[in-house]
Parts: sequence; C-alpha cells; structure tokens
Amino acid sequence: MSGVDPKQELRIVGFLCNWCSYGGADTAGVSRFKQPTDLRIIRVPCSGRVDPLFVVKALLNGADGVLVSGCHPRDCHYSDGNFYARRRLEMLKRLLSFLGIDNRRFHYTWISASEGARWQQTVRDFTEAIHRLGPLNIKREA
Amino acid sequence: MSMEMLRDVVKNVLSEVDVVIGYTEGFDKVHATPLFINTPEQVDRLIWSPICVHNLTTYLPSLKKKVGIIVKGCDSRTIVQYMQEGLINRENIKIIGIPCSGVISVKKLTKAVDYANIEDISFEKDGKINVTTDKGQKTLALTDVQPDKCRTCQYPTPVIYDHLIGDPISSDKPKESVYEDIVEFDKMTLEEKLNYWLKEFDRCIRCYACRNACPMCICQDSCIAETREPHWISQRLTTQEKLMFHMIHAVHLAGRCVECGECERVCPMGIPVNKLKRKINMDMKDLFDYEPGVNPDDKPPMYTFNVDELKIKEHKIG
Repeated sequence: MSGVDPKQELRIVGFLCNWCSYGGADTAGVSRFKQPTDLRIIRVPCSGRVDPLFVVKALLNGADGVLVSGCHPRDCHYSDGNFYARRRLEMLKRLLSFLGIDNRRFHYTWISASEGARWQQTVRDFTEAIHRLGPLNIKREA
Repeated sequence: MSMEMLRDVVKNVLSEVDVVIGYTEGFDKVHATPLFINTPEQVDRLIWSPICVHNLTTYLPSLKKKVGIIVKGCDSRTIVQYMQEGLINRENIKIIGIPCSGVISVKKLTKAVDYANIEDISFEKDGKINVTTDKGQKTLALTDVQPDKCRTCQYPTPVIYDHLIGDPISSDKPKESVYEDIVEFDKMTLEEKLNYWLKEFDRCIRCYACRNACPMCICQDSCIAETREPHWISQRLTTQEKLMFHMIHAVHLAGRCVECGECERVCPMGIPVNKLKRKINMDMKDLFDYEPGVNPDDKPPMYTFNVDELKIKEHKIG
C-alpha cells in the first residue's frame, strides 16, 4: 500500500453504524478488497450513538486517529440519528484543533452498505493520512 | 438605581412568592453571600454593589416553589436558557433585574493591592474603587479589577425581567470584540496550544468546583465524571484524566453555556476553564447563528437539526 509503512502499525479507532457503514465494511471484506489493518472497528447502533467524548477519550488514551462513519444524510435507519451526529461531530472537529490536537486525526463521513469500494478507499486514505501525521504523543505520566 | 427602590420591589415580590434570593454581606468586605429572604424583616439585610458576583439562578431548577430572584444582565441569560430547555416553569419565577455596570473579580482585586488584607472597600459612581488595606489606602478603577466577562459584556441590562430596578443601560463594547481572545489564541501552533492546555490542566485538583457552580450542569449526582458504570474517568492523577474531565464539561455545555463565568470565578487554581466553552459558543454562532440565553423561543443547536445544513461542508481526508 502506497505511503503506509506496514512495519509500524498505528492505532485507529472506527465507529461504524450498524446499518450502513458496518455493512459497507462487510461488503468490502466479502469482495476481498485489500485494506490496511491499522483500523479497529467498533460497531454502534447509529452514528447518533457516537458521543463526541468517545472520540476525545480514544485520542487521549492512545488512539492516533478516529474515524466515524454512518448512513448518508436522509438514509438513517432511525430517520434522524445522523443529523444530530453531524452537528455534534462538526462541533468536535472544530474544538480539537483549539485543544492542540490536529483535527485531521478525526474524520467523519457517510458510507452506505453497498459502497464497499468507497469504504476501502476511505480506510486507505485515512490510514495514509494518519501515517503521515505519525503517532499522537500526548505526554503521559506514570 | 437606589437601594430603597430595590427593597420596596423585593417586599412587594415577597408577598407573591415563597422566597426571594438576593445578596447580603459575606464574611468580609469584598465577599457577598447569597441571601434567602422568607420574611419582610430580612429585606433590610439586602445589599447591592459590584461585590455581588454570584449567579444566583443556579438555585432555580432544584427549587420546587415560587421564587423571586435578583439578577444581573449576565445571570438573566441563564434563566432564558433554562426556559429554552424546559428546566423551569416561568410562571413560578419573579425576576427582579438590575442593570449592572460591572462586578469585581476578588482574585484581580487582591492582586492589585499586593495581597494585603482588605479592611474596607467603597464604590463611587464614576467607576472608582477606594480600598483600605492594612498597608494603607488605594484608589483603583473598577475596569481594572473586573472579571474578563465584564470587559466584553453585551447584556448589562437583563434580557428578561418582571421588575427592573433603575434605568436600562446598553453595552458600549463592540460585538466583534467578544471572541477576540479566542481567535487570537487559536492562531498559535498546535503544539503551543496542546502544551498550554497540559500546563493549565495539570494544576487542576479535580475539586469539581467549576461543575458544581455551573448553572447549566444540571445532572447533579448523575454526573458521568463520577459514575463507575460507565467509567469515563478514573481516580488516577494524570493530566489526561483532568483534561478528559474538562472536555466532558465543555462538550456537555456545547451550545448551552451562557458565559456567566462562574466556573472560572470559583476555580481555586485559576485555570481559564471558560475558554473551551467560549470557543464552542463562537462556533455555534458561526455554524447555526445561535447565541445561548438570549431568546426564550430559540432551540439549543444540539437539540435540533436541519436536513440541509448550510454551513457544514463534507470534510476531505487529510
């Protein structure tokens, strides 16, 4: 994979909604699309379940990047979960750089269950972007 | 405004409600303390001066009775925000508004007199303060010892009231200046910002005074900073845990913080904890043209959505 050093694996956490993006990741797997292995997927019922603090907690506790993906706007299984998510995640995206964490380490997007190829591209691009940024070192005390 | 008028109004209001909340003298000359007035005799203990710093509206959501309350301009925004979120019944509350030309910051005042013991303090109409300390007399300008929120105050007159004591005053501070310091701070590099916050939050002793004083922190005993299930933060004494706590406070106040500055006032370590919340407010203004605690009919931005968000664009990776 171009740009991604397979020897140095970084930690990327992905929060995927059960109905679209998790299905999309599954489609990519079933179709045998190759993807980098830095991403750990956590399945949530809806992108509206993703508290912005999940992302903060992950980044403060050793994750180098966080990806959140849900159904496309208007396609939410619960009709409006991703609309709320969009507002919250946008708020967080702007807050992170104020805190001194590069907000490119956090990305949110919308991927449907049929978009296996798009999922593969997103994972590749995001993993590459995180590798370019390197590990996130927030001073840790004993 | 006159003290007689305030006392008269409070006496009148007292006949309609169970309790009126105001200010009285505290343990020394620079500290006021909240006063709960149940009988007309207690009205004489009322005071009003720039030492009346507290946001008394904090009591409102938990008091299940008819309440009269004395508010400054900044405090009144809390009531509007409570109304937006359905936390109080407006009919049970009589608001006595006082146009305010600024309060003092005890931290800044004690620093201005070189930490001498303050024996007496008096305020003049032209904004001068006479301070008597054990090391002598000193005259200061009120504007030099005001908390930061007064410097950019846009609402000196309460935005909502039943009785107004004195004439309304309008703000002479430019609206653009409100978030100037936030914009300036954001210009630093990521590393500088992260180091700044790590240094500031490292001092945090996790007394949770900022949360306890916050009028919008309404979860009370259910605060996720102290629950074990889910275990959001542990007792470990690391900067990460402290930073996480302050992020919880900031994110839970997203689009709700009325910038009364109580969190910063009560912080025993002098951490600028209001900064994170003001940054979010600045974004809320930009994204949703929303300002907390101004119009009772508004809806907090995180409680609602638009199908087509005009200001939120899809982000590219990297």
